[in-house]
Order: sequence, then C-alpha cells, then structure tokens
Amino acid sequence: MANYAIEVNDVGMKFNLSQEKLDSLKEYMIKMLKGELKYNEFWALKNVNFKIEKGDRVGILGLNGAGKSTLLKVIAGVFKPTEGQVIRHGRLVPLLELGAGFDSQYTGAENIYLYSAVLGYSKEFVDKKFDDIVKFAELEKFIDVPIKNYSSGMKTRLGFAIATQVEPDILILDEVLSVGDAKFRKKSEAKIMSMFKSNVTVLFVSHSLDQVKRLCNKAILLDHGELIASGDIDEVAAIYEEKTS
Amino acid sequence: MLEKQIDTFKKYRFLLRELVKKGIKLKYRRSYLGILWTLLEPLLTTCVLTLVFGTFFGKDDKTFPVYILTGRLLYSFFSSGTKFAMKSIRQHAGMIKKVYVPKYIYPLSSVLYNFVIFAISLIVLLGATIVFKVYPNVWCITAIIPLVLLFLLTLGVGMILSTMSVFFRDLEYLWDVALMLIMYTCAIFYKVDTMAKTGHAWIFKLNPLYAIIKCFRDAVYGNSMFADPFWVIMPTVVSVLSVIVGVALFKKHQDNFILHI
Repeated sequence: MANYAIEVNDVGMKFNLSQEKLDSLKEYMIKMLKGELKYNEFWALKNVNFKIEKGDRVGILGLNGAGKSTLLKVIAGVFKPTEGQVIRHGRLVPLLELGAGFDSQYTGAENIYLYSAVLGYSKEFVDKKFDDIVKFAELEKFIDVPIKNYSSGMKTRLGFAIATQVEPDILILDEVLSVGDAKFRKKSEAKIMSMFKSNVTVLFVSHSLDQVKRLCNKAILLDHGELIASGDIDEVAAIYEEKTS
Repeated sequence: MLEKQIDTFKKYRFLLRELVKKGIKLKYRRSYLGILWTLLEPLLTTCVLTLVFGTFFGKDDKTFPVYILTGRLLYSFFSSGTKFAMKSIRQHAGMIKKVYVPKYIYPLSSVLYNFVIFAISLIVLLGATIVFKVYPNVWCITAIIPLVLLFLLTLGVGMILSTMSVFFRDLEYLWDVALMLIMYTCAIFYKVDTMAKTGHAWIFKLNPLYAIIKCFRDAVYGNSMFADPFWVIMPTVVSVLSVIVGVALFKKHQDNFILHI
C-alpha cells in the first residue's frame, strides 16, 4: 500500500523485569539451579494496530507509562517488537534525545561526521552540508573544541542541526521542540514547520496538548500499552481530556 | 535477503569508516608522540622481552628479537582486537538505544581499527628484519595467509565474546585470564623445541593462535609453512568455524542486546 507511510500491525512489546539485575554468571547459575529465576513479564505495548497515511501529522497521546516512548522506539527500529511488525515506507529521521551518538572526546567537527554516519548519511552529503550545520547550530567558534566542554544546550543544538539536514519522509519528534533557549527554540520550530510543508509524515509525542493540537491533524491515544482511540485530533483530544480530568 | 544485507552494509560503510577512524584517533589522542606509539610500543616491549628472555632461550640465535617481535605483534592484535570487540556493544550503548544501526558494525569496527594499528606496527618488523639480517625470499608472500586467518579468528572470537558479554559482564575479567593462558602457550618469547623436550608439544597443537604465529614466522624467515600441512589446516578450520559460530550467535541474540545494556 503505497499510500501508507507507516503500518503498525499487531505490535506487542514485552519486557522481562527481573527482580534484581543479574549481571554475573555465578549468580545466574546459582539462581537457575535453585529454580529461582523469575521474571515479571510486562507488556509495554499490546495488540497495537494502526496505519498512518503519507503526509499525516499524528500526535501520540497518553499518560506517563502508557507506552508512547516504547512505541516511538519500535517504529524507529531501535526495539524489535516481541509480536507483530512495523512497515516503514521512506526515509525515517528520529529526533529522539538528540546527540546520543556523540563521543565526548571528539571535537564538534568530528562529531558532525560521526553522528551523520550514525544517521546513515553519506560522506559527500556531510561535506556539502557541513557549513550549514555549523551555522545553524551557531557553533562557529567552538567547532574544534571537544564536545565534553560543551554545555548541554550546545550539544542539543548541534544534534538538532545535524538531524534536520535531510528531507525525511517520516519525522519522529519526542518533545524536541523544547531545545535550547527561546531564540533557538523559535528557529528550530521554524525549521520543523518548513519540513511540514514538504508533505512529510510526522509522529509527535508531547505532554502539551496545546502543542499537539497546533501541530497535528490526527492523533492516537495509548493507555497501559493499548490503543484506545485514533482519528482526528479533536476527537481524540476530547477523549484524552475526559480521561485526564 | 542477501541483497538487502549488502545494501544496508553499503549504506553504513561510512559509519564503519568513521568508527574505525575514531578508534585510531582516540587511542593516541593527547599523547605527545601520538600515532608513533604504534611503532614505539612493540619496539620497546620487544627490547624488554629480548633482554629478559634472550639470555635464557635465544643464546645461539642472532635473530631472536625478530622471533619475539613476530609473536608479540600477532598476539597483541588478537588480544586487543577481541577485548575491544567484546566491549564494543556496551561502549556504544548510547547509540544502540537511540538509533537503529546494524549492530555487527560495532564489533567489526573494533576489530578493524585494531587491525589497522597492527598493520602499521608491522613496519617495525620490517625494520627488525633488516637490522638482524633476516632477508626475504619468495615465501614471504605467503605471510598473507596467516594474516587473513588471524583477522578471521579475531573477528569470530570477538563476535562470540561481544554477544556473551552483553549478558554476562564477568566475561570481561574471565577473558583476561584466558588471554594470559593463550599468551603463554603461543611461544612468543621461547622456542618450541625447549617445550617439546619435556613432552608437552601437544599443547601447541591445540592453540590456533600459535599455529598462525608459526605460519607467519615461517613466511618471515623464508621457509615453507606447508612442510607440515597441519599447521595451516588447523587454524584455517578453527578461524572459519569461529566466524560462522560468531555470526550465528550474534544474529540470534542481537535483538535482545538492548534489553540488557
């Protein structure tokens, strides 16, 4: 189905929450021999089914622990679902916890190449975009300084600048619109808005219902790992408000 | 399926190159001599080993330093390659948790960057052969065989260790002990003949790393490593097997890594 950007079919994600963390072989053997290896099974997602059409901007709503972040990670391919499957059509760019791929001993310039490689860009592409990235992150003066001397704002700015260099087909946003100071926030929001215009499919997680309403046209609502509503933003937002009040 | 694998590999070739570059760059960052240490370090340790052991075992052999150097260079690549591959998954936990990247890239890049450092350090060996008048002949070309086997063995063992150490961190300490055992049975700083006299020569037949070192020495000294084919066949079988087991094990468990790091 070429019209869909993301298809989530019967996805379930199970975690084993062991009582205590077993890190050593000896402990594991002893516990296993005693038959004391017990796991608390926990389904972070269960039977989640939905499809997202190309160009839709979908907000993911739910209380803390509803499974929003797990769902995003499953869609981004970081988690492999225990059950079901996720089909993605097109280039996906996750803006999740920016700068997680940075190496603190590396300089800003070196990290631009490293992080770009992590995101799957080509070298030629980075060569071409290098100046734009530095300029957008406003780090011209500090680009040859090791990242460990950066402030957290500088790091997220750099991460944001790198991650938004491509024109993605699918964009995953996890509260990243609160990056940096007010000035940079405005700039990053403008950048994301300009991406919206090019018919990108967006998945957006935020606790601010206003922000979701402003940015999205559709929404899904998760509760304890299950999908309880999906459809137009206003309908789903109404159900969400009912549940939270 | 295979085509898809090759496509993803092509896509992440740039990442592989970046990770290899990072490993080399960061290893010597902030040291004054930098990359020169890849040459100095084996040179100095060989001097020490020659001083300590040369008087015991190598009295009649003018080329004993070359003998030590070949063993030491190959062993230290195996040791650091497997160690860094083992830790590579945990080291890159931050990336693995956030972005999808084929995970075999991490142990592979660890082995590769150590191999590059090892390849550079072979220059020292070249120098030593000239100084101690071990002149090359046509058999030197066969040195490529043990080098390929060494790479495969290190990669295979590295993949096995990297998978297992995600679930049991103790392995990092156990492996240090195992490496010590491997080192002492590699005949790095003594001649095998002295051991053979005591009737313990069979130990060497169990050690694929020793077999690889032996083949490499044969090539460097200009002898045929095929005189007794056992010393070529055994490490070939073990190396290929280790890669097969390593890849299969890694593939089977890689989706669970994220739940344990």
